[in-house]
Amino acid sequence: MITVDPAPEAGTEARTGSTPVRAPRKRKRQWLPYLLLLPVVVAELLIHIIPMVIGVGMSFLELTQFYVRNWTAAPAAGVGNYRFVLQFDEASGKALLHSFWTTVQFTVIVLALSWALAMAAAIWTQHAFRGRGLVRTIFLVPYALPVFASVITWSFMLQRDNGMVNHVLVDQLHLTDERPFWLIGDNSFWALIVVEVWRLWPFAFLALTAGMSSIPAEQYEAAAIDGAGVLRSVRWVTLPNLRSVNQVLLLVLFLWTFNEFTVPYTFFGKSAPEQADLISMHIYQNSFVTWNFGTGSAMSVLLLLFLLAVTAVYLLLTRKKDVDA
Amino acid sequence: MRLKRITSAVAVSLVAASLAGCGGNEETSGGAAEDVTLTYWASNQGTSLENDQEVLQPQLDAFTAKTGIKVDVEVVPWSDLLNRILAATASGEGPDVLNIGNTWSASLQATGALTPFDDATMAEIGGADRFLAGSLAATGAPGQPPTAVPVYSLAYGLYYNKSMFAEAGITEPPATWEELVEAGKKLTTPEHWGMSIEGGSVSENIHNVFVFSEQQGGSFFDDAGKPTFDTPENVAGIKQYLDLIQTDKITNPSNAEYSNGTEALADFASGKSAMVMWQAAAGSLEELGMDPADIGVAPIPAPSGAAEDVASIVAGINLAVFDNSEHKPQALDFVEFMTSTPTQIQLNKTYGSLPAVTEAYSDPAFQTEAVETFKSILDDKAVPMPAVPEESQFETLVGTAVKNMLAQAASGTVVTEQAISEQLAAAQQQLAG
Repeated sequence: MITVDPAPEAGTEARTGSTPVRAPRKRKRQWLPYLLLLPVVVAELLIHIIPMVIGVGMSFLELTQFYVRNWTAAPAAGVGNYRFVLQFDEASGKALLHSFWTTVQFTVIVLALSWALAMAAAIWTQHAFRGRGLVRTIFLVPYALPVFASVITWSFMLQRDNGMVNHVLVDQLHLTDERPFWLIGDNSFWALIVVEVWRLWPFAFLALTAGMSSIPAEQYEAAAIDGAGVLRSVRWVTLPNLRSVNQVLLLVLFLWTFNEFTVPYTFFGKSAPEQADLISMHIYQNSFVTWNFGTGSAMSVLLLLFLLAVTAVYLLLTRKKDVDA
Repeated sequence: MRLKRITSAVAVSLVAASLAGCGGNEETSGGAAEDVTLTYWASNQGTSLENDQEVLQPQLDAFTAKTGIKVDVEVVPWSDLLNRILAATASGEGPDVLNIGNTWSASLQATGALTPFDDATMAEIGGADRFLAGSLAATGAPGQPPTAVPVYSLAYGLYYNKSMFAEAGITEPPATWEELVEAGKKLTTPEHWGMSIEGGSVSENIHNVFVFSEQQGGSFFDDAGKPTFDTPENVAGIKQYLDLIQTDKITNPSNAEYSNGTEALADFASGKSAMVMWQAAAGSLEELGMDPADIGVAPIPAPSGAAEDVASIVAGINLAVFDNSEHKPQALDFVEFMTSTPTQIQLNKTYGSLPAVTEAYSDPAFQTEAVETFKSILDDKAVPMPAVPEESQFETLVGTAVKNMLAQAASGTVVTEQAISEQLAAAQQQLAG
């Protein structure tokens, strides 16, 4: 009762112009919303907040294999872990920075390709035609398949000697004489992008299709009467109507791609090639595989801060444009 | 932690209550002690997890019949085992008895999660001198009581295809590394390559380069346990391995992406390569369809004029008791049983590994030529991986660096000694964290 935020109450009073005499009765009724909120608050604490706080705490400890058995005995490292991961003139810092840039490039390319593919497919299937249901279903297949099975299949297809991709490119189309590597070396970055886009774009397609279904047909008719072609009606009718869908969709895709772990881990195994060393794999290598949970946590905290900052800036920027419009 | 304390408090009070209820009836409490079920995490030694279950179950039944102690076995795949052990260490909730890769011994010893086998404990399971000395050396850091005992011993050997060698007019397996390269060049034809390697596998890479660097007289850690990665000997050892692809060209560059731990062996079994460096694999090779008459095995040769005639790491699986186990005496009984001569004969015969106790070698199954080759490697030519707490990190960091350098060599860029040296220096800096 006492901890209840007085702000909404004041607002209610101001709107309804209620007298102080009626206040006690209103206060009694205010239990219910908080009671209804309780499960989600508890769940949020248990699932998100507490592990996050523990993670931040771990990043200030020298938590190596000597102390995993009893965390409380781990000596305080102060900012030592952060200093270690951020020393960019040393190998560890360079590796982190390299991994970060790789992930930024990976995310930008995956986002652009997934969104463009999804947008094109959604526009194509926006208006009814024979077989539309079938086409939509086929588009959604990658999203419905289990990640592990589909990504392992990709890695088989991309093997140098026995993979289907090289069989088609080299043996049948004779595009190159030398069989290219896809799972190691420079190409591994692009191979990973193809697999990630393949995994991700159906979700974008689903969201955009849902968004488009709520655009009134009249707007397209009006645009057609005004003489707008397909491109112009996409530009002036579809895109403005999808603004809020796109705002959320791009943010979600960004966060998912930046944090992607399952796909590279299944694709490359425990250690990814340098050229495709995504940040979450890098952190995994530096905590689980090398048993140094302190530095792993420090990297995770830095990643969290970065993603928080990007999200905040993004939301601020896009909200401002909303007001302008 | 707190939850555990509450649970144990509840458990204690329940036990107290039941004891009070029994009024000190000794027969009942004696009966309760016998009714123990041990949890055993077994590593994957057979052809599949189910196969392991089938192989182990008769032994476990025999143990239960003998002692009345039940054993609940779970076969854990290698990809999960270390993570599961780490999680068990952090939470304190784990198995009673477990298998560990023997190269993890010193790292896991440092966590304090495994029961030390001091002299008294060792005496309880029949004494330390029953075990192969080489395998017993890979159970923990020197100067400390070991925290595990060997259960399956393994070593690397050079497998070669006898009929391919005969066709190429080579009568003897290579005695030096130069001879091996020469044979490999003769055996590299449009149909097959001289040697196959599991070049994308971090653990295979580190085991191979470790042996090559030992041959050069190199070492990745000094006597004080400080890392010394970037030495000319280590660089030479790694270069010897990379040269299989980049200079000698007796290994298919595609091998650089082999990472699931079976592809190089499958290439050898199907005649795509004439040699492979592998741990005891005759059983798997036959299962892959190779004619047993074609399978030859010899020690991996050292370069002529090598500093040390090393042919293998001391490979193998150790058995450990989890320190948080509530049934330590029973767990030790189980360790004694698993390392007893009859069980050792039975299990190692099935898995194609070597017994960890000397007495078991009297069995005719271990008097074949191949077993004798492996036993002589293990006796005279095998060195344990560094027994330092950072061993796992070392394997990961250097193994990954070698994997990346192999990838570079495979795509046609020659990796120079300078580049190897830089990679080793970088790996060492990352270890410091």
